[in-house]
Amino acid sequence: MTPSATEIELRPSADDHRVARHAAAAIVLTVAEAAIPLPLPGVKPGLANIVTLVVLARWGWREAVWVALLRVIVGSLVLGQFLAPGFFLSLAGGLASLVALGVAVHLPRRVFGPVSHSVLAAFAHFAGQLVVARIWLVPHDGVFYLVPVFALAATVFGLVNGLVAARLMEDDGAA
Amino acid sequence: MSRGPALRAWLAAWARHLRAGDLLVLGLAVGVCVASALALWQGGRPDKAVIRAGGKVFLEVDLTAPRLVEVPGPLGSTRIEIQPGRARVAADPGPRQYCVRQGWLATAGAVAICAPNQVSLALAGRNAAYDSLSY
Repeated sequence: MTPSATEIELRPSADDHRVARHAAAAIVLTVAEAAIPLPLPGVKPGLANIVTLVVLARWGWREAVWVALLRVIVGSLVLGQFLAPGFFLSLAGGLASLVALGVAVHLPRRVFGPVSHSVLAAFAHFAGQLVVARIWLVPHDGVFYLVPVFALAATVFGLVNGLVAARLMEDDGAA
Repeated sequence: MSRGPALRAWLAAWARHLRAGDLLVLGLAVGVCVASALALWQGGRPDKAVIRAGGKVFLEVDLTAPRLVEVPGPLGSTRIEIQPGRARVAADPGPRQYCVRQGWLATAGAVAICAPNQVSLALAGRNAAYDSLSY
């Protein structure tokens, strides 16, 4: 096929490939997690964030943003949740946790590891979700009654995800 | 019994990844859990007792210090006992003693009504979980 003069050629760089690979891994975890039955809507382990944490530590915040947002959008497409309420909750939580991670990476690495990043991101995630839920889905202060449940889930799953991410990066030297 | 050391080694392998700051963050996280639970899940705690006689408010007392209140009614005097966080009708001249047998009230919204003597005792709280409770 002869390339026409108007054809736009996309040349994915090595960075693009890496983002795609990590996003794919995160999407697999999202889909796998959707199969786990959970007692309360909104409380889930967030295993895909392990990938975000690893990308953050190894490749920086910008790449973590790419991976996390691709995961939210494609994960919702795969699960048939795209543009449904759950999608906006995920998006709000994802954006809030990315902001938290953007701040948390600047904490001294020697003292604050992936576990700190993970717990802070988990808290930001549920806070972002809760704000959207309060404003849009459940316009009543009753949603805040669940704050202690979400906070406990964020602590436990934040710790577990952070530890898993830290162990995956065991051989990274100082990271 | 050989499981102990293995478990400890397994835990140590994970704990190795916790840095000083991580422990600080975890401590703060647990603090937020406890503080939010205490702040948000205490809706049922009463602040004060409202005593009515003949349909009018006779007295409003904070549930802070122990106190005995005598409330006059058509049959005689109803004695109401206040203690920190709870209150009860200790004695009533009514024939069936329903309000006395209700015992201590300790939830915001709880009400004891001594109908024959036209006296009622109700507990109120800032964020009451119920408008009215009676048994």
